[in-house]
Amino acid sequence: MTGAALTAARPSRPFRPAREAALPASIFLLFALLPLLAALTARQYLLDIGARMMIFAIAALALDLLVGYGGLISFGHAAFIGLGAYAVGILSAHGIGDALIALPVAVAVAMLFASLTGIVCLRTRGVYFIMITLAFGQMAYFIASSLAPYGGDNGLTVAARNTIAGWPLLKSDRAFYYFAFVCLLATYLFCRALVASRFGRVLRGAKDNAVRMATIGFTVRRFQHVAYVLAGGLGGLSGFLLANSTEFVSPAYMSWQQSGELIVMVILGGVGTLDGAIIGSVAYLLAEEWLSGLVENWKVIFGSALVLVVLFARGGLIGLAGRFARWFSHA
Amino acid sequence: MTSTLFLVQVLNGLQLGVLLFLIAAGLTLVFGVMDFINLAHGVQYMLGAYLAVAFYGAVGNFLIALLLALVAALAFGLLLDFLVFRHLYERDHLDQVIATFGVILFLNHAVRVVWGAAPLTLPVPDFFSGSVALTDGQLYPVWRLVIIASGLAIAAALYALVNFTRIGMLVRAGATNARMVSALGVNIKRLFMIVFGFGTMLAGFAGIMIAPIISVEPGMGDNILILALVVIVIGGIGSIRGAFVAALLIGLVDTLGRSFSIDILRLMMGPSPARMAGPAIASMLIYVLMAIVLYLRPAGLFPAKGRLR
Repeated sequence: MTGAALTAARPSRPFRPAREAALPASIFLLFALLPLLAALTARQYLLDIGARMMIFAIAALALDLLVGYGGLISFGHAAFIGLGAYAVGILSAHGIGDALIALPVAVAVAMLFASLTGIVCLRTRGVYFIMITLAFGQMAYFIASSLAPYGGDNGLTVAARNTIAGWPLLKSDRAFYYFAFVCLLATYLFCRALVASRFGRVLRGAKDNAVRMATIGFTVRRFQHVAYVLAGGLGGLSGFLLANSTEFVSPAYMSWQQSGELIVMVILGGVGTLDGAIIGSVAYLLAEEWLSGLVENWKVIFGSALVLVVLFARGGLIGLAGRFARWFSHA
Repeated sequence: MTSTLFLVQVLNGLQLGVLLFLIAAGLTLVFGVMDFINLAHGVQYMLGAYLAVAFYGAVGNFLIALLLALVAALAFGLLLDFLVFRHLYERDHLDQVIATFGVILFLNHAVRVVWGAAPLTLPVPDFFSGSVALTDGQLYPVWRLVIIASGLAIAAALYALVNFTRIGMLVRAGATNARMVSALGVNIKRLFMIVFGFGTMLAGFAGIMIAPIISVEPGMGDNILILALVVIVIGGIGSIRGAFVAALLIGLVDTLGRSFSIDILRLMMGPSPARMAGPAIASMLIYVLMAIVLYLRPAGLFPAKGRLR
């Protein structure tokens, strides 16, 4: 089979544009309307939480590309967020505070790191891949915490949010919120297009059966490498936003627990569904917000909930909703 | 760098090495035989330490506390296996990673609820509380030597167990092809439980032994877990021998790297950049080592023979 024939292959599910678009459209509509709600109820912190959700949703989308579509379980994804954030922090410490420089640098640094580590990581498979991405994540973490001129373990404060071409456009929380919104929307559309493209089909094919894809004539590792680098770059974007949102950068952004939480977001929403990655990060941060206000050691509850989700709710929240809908339509 | 200081650091490296081996041995067996990634293995180590402190507070005798803590750690491990892990054996690695990550979160914070967030301490048993003179004026705590000795003894016992007994033979066969072992009429579920319980106890033992010389606190298992994962990946998953070699290697590289990196770098660069780069390079050293090993041998140094995956 040639590449052209593969492109022409039928999608596995019947394509219903209106139905397929309903969920993401409502998600983005809710995000777009959140500032209005915040203004009406005079709860300014909603903007903060909303921005945080979108920032982590970008990273989760990138991770879902790898985990859900590539079958590459990266346990070091937080490193890319951290690299993007540190790019902003370090540039700002040297007086360069413009997004036109900081954003490309943040993304490029993350992509470079992904490209270099990807060469080694992608030689391995399965469990070894999980472990080696974890190892590289830890490496980035230790490099960051030993950067004494830039705060070391304590992290460093970013003097001010990035300007855009000299204009302090991101200064207001609402403007920053919509900037993050546009970034998330762009990331989502990009991932959607990527997954549906020939590239995405090869990636998914390799997830199901790498040997078969290689036999057909694809250099599987090259496709995976490109996916890995792209996901790294998106992680860098997320880090750029995170540093601007909190105006603070710390090695904790790259901790392995953070990588674990990102995987949790992807799984929680439903792995291999881009909508799920967004829903998962929203659900995770909502749970964090709600439970941490409720009890001090909220992770006791969260940890057990996580175990229950894996044991009893396969397919994440999206899978659960789908099963519920089917059960409902049968009854 | 004097030779005595070097000797002390080699001993410290060995001590870290055997500690890592005690944890990695269980991890690699569970991994090799059941194909199960148990991230919660580090929590067993933490629990061992906490249980030792709790029982010591209750009975006031280290040896009795050690035995009670071992039994309790085993019981708790089997309970976790019964409630959670058993249902994950057939799942893919992603599910296992997430569920055991959830167990880590749960237990790290449950420990906080039960014992508080403040670090606890356990006194070194009286009999071993002194120091020995390595050379004139250079003292070394006896307890660390006890840890090294007991770790090496367990390694030897494990070697004999795995290589010369029937159960060891089944474990080795299971690490190669668990389904075939099951098809030959071996009760694989019971084998899994024995291996899991044994691994749990070893990790708990490591926690108990280390408790007198470090502070016992929530999350203490997390970093050691990462190191143990590095160990089993370098050693080759499912291989006890690999775990032993890699554990000592990692223990020595990490300890010696941390103590001498600044001195070594100073030979190549000025003192102030050396002081800055030294700690960074030292903490990265084992991960670089792992990357190199995996680049050259993607299945580790001693891959379990005939392993398919």
